[in-house]
Amino acid sequence: MNSELRGKAWKYGDDVDTDVIIPARYLNTSDPAELARHCMEDIDASFAAKVSNGDIIVAGKNFGCGSSREHAPIAIKASGASAVVARSFARIFYRNAFNMGLPIFEAPEAVDGIEAGDRLAVDMEKGILRNETKGREYRFTPIPPFMQELVAAGGLLNYIAIRKKGT
Amino acid sequence: MAMTLTEKILARHAGRTSVSPGELILAKVDLALGNDVTSPIAIQAFRSLGVPEVFDRERVALVPDHFAPNKDIRSAEQVKMMREFAREYGIVNYFEVGRMGIEHVLLPDEGLVVPGDLVIGADSHTCTYGALCAFSTGVGSTDLAAAMVSGEVWLKVPDTLRIVLSGMPGKWVEGKDVILHIIGEIGVDGALYQAMEYAGDGIAHLPMAWRFTVSNMAIEAGAKNGIFPFDAATKRYADARAKRRYEVVAADPGARYAGELSVDLAALEPVVAFPHLPGNTKPLSQVGNVPVDQVVVGSCTNGRIEDLRGAAEVLRGRKVHDGVRMIVFPATQEIYLQAMREGLMEVFVTAGAAFSTPTCGPCLGGHMGILAKGERAIATTNRNFVGRMGHPESEVYLANPVVAAASAVLGRIGGPDEL
Repeated sequence: MNSELRGKAWKYGDDVDTDVIIPARYLNTSDPAELARHCMEDIDASFAAKVSNGDIIVAGKNFGCGSSREHAPIAIKASGASAVVARSFARIFYRNAFNMGLPIFEAPEAVDGIEAGDRLAVDMEKGILRNETKGREYRFTPIPPFMQELVAAGGLLNYIAIRKKGT
Repeated sequence: MAMTLTEKILARHAGRTSVSPGELILAKVDLALGNDVTSPIAIQAFRSLGVPEVFDRERVALVPDHFAPNKDIRSAEQVKMMREFAREYGIVNYFEVGRMGIEHVLLPDEGLVVPGDLVIGADSHTCTYGALCAFSTGVGSTDLAAAMVSGEVWLKVPDTLRIVLSGMPGKWVEGKDVILHIIGEIGVDGALYQAMEYAGDGIAHLPMAWRFTVSNMAIEAGAKNGIFPFDAATKRYADARAKRRYEVVAADPGARYAGELSVDLAALEPVVAFPHLPGNTKPLSQVGNVPVDQVVVGSCTNGRIEDLRGAAEVLRGRKVHDGVRMIVFPATQEIYLQAMREGLMEVFVTAGAAFSTPTCGPCLGGHMGILAKGERAIATTNRNFVGRMGHPESEVYLANPVVAAASAVLGRIGGPDEL
């Protein structure tokens, strides 16, 4: 896992729900590339076309609330975005992101200090987010040990497969 | 150690004498559920592991309800993938169109979820079964795949928010109003990562149908689950249906709660959630003049026979307003049949409403009642996010079935007392 992520910020507000991350009208497919074309469509129609590899979504509280659709983290990951930083995450989205391998971080102070378009660098292992545009640095709690195990195993399925072999 | 209802069920399924909030546990699941939107990803993941069989053929439930009956070719492909998987792996509880229903009404009604269970489902409204004094929570497709392989799920033991219900609800107030009121009070992340556990003498006034509605929308407050204690009503419901033996679980005296909220049911009036969050609520009397284009009665939240009876009583001898389309979705084939036997279907059709086969349909903007730009609906469903029922510039208001039916007659949001 590359522990340093770099990209520009896409800033959104509170309670960004999975229906705007990937509207249900596109859930008749699970193809990542196709889902990515509609990522964030109902909240920001420009996102899918303009997002660059490595960019980071920055949002307020309760990001990913609503439906359990794993298509949401799949769409974000396939769009090229490298991570999501938010004040807090809805719990199913939180699970899905880790199970899928999309890094996400709760960093409330950083969220307040970031504007759309700011250049960000995130060191996942150390738990440091640098806003290079504003010249500010924030610390956040690194991911919990169990999540690190999941990530180290290559996601939940591999984790399960390894456990199953062991029994 | 004294435990809450949720802690107790989790401990039991983790093979532990006790668990505490914040702990990560690996727990056995009694049932794992997927639908036509979430199963395809889970099936692909399952197949990628090359496992010869699912952990238990009777404990996986696959229900094509979201875009079924198939709304387009791609939806048909997704359901076909489910059907073929079910055949190949001998999944006992695959429910075909014509025998299916909306998963969260169907599975407890079929007796496949019983009190004390631990159920996970790749659908956020899996929390519905808390009404049966079971722990149930929504997960993603990868979690479903993992559970199909191992019969287990990793869970973080949540803190519990205790919600004490007292008093008797007044006329036109139903389960939907109780939960909308609570979400309005605490917000759409007011119970984030937490269990909501109901208590108090007010519970006795909540029939099972209402409890299912209350538990169903726990996710709309950010909660992991919403659980009711086991009582005489739970026993009646479970004993009439349960396909497995069950053990009754109760919270321990002295269990620790992260917080407490009191709700006086007698003080409630019907509640309406305005766009675009379920927590954006107003009492019905403060709604003002809000004309509607469409009325939807149905969904895993309010598609039960009791919901249809309430809506039909309001509509009996009346007509749906000229400017309104009303669509009614019984949640299962059993409920459809019951509505037919009781003459409810005739009431709806005579009033000028459409009566559909069971499907999640328009609730998530799938099919069977999508809104155009600028249109407005009042629905008994669970979410009113931007674009939830169609165009991103359409609007959804959430309410109980009698308010929805009255609004269909009035052509604007209003209650049965205005008719």
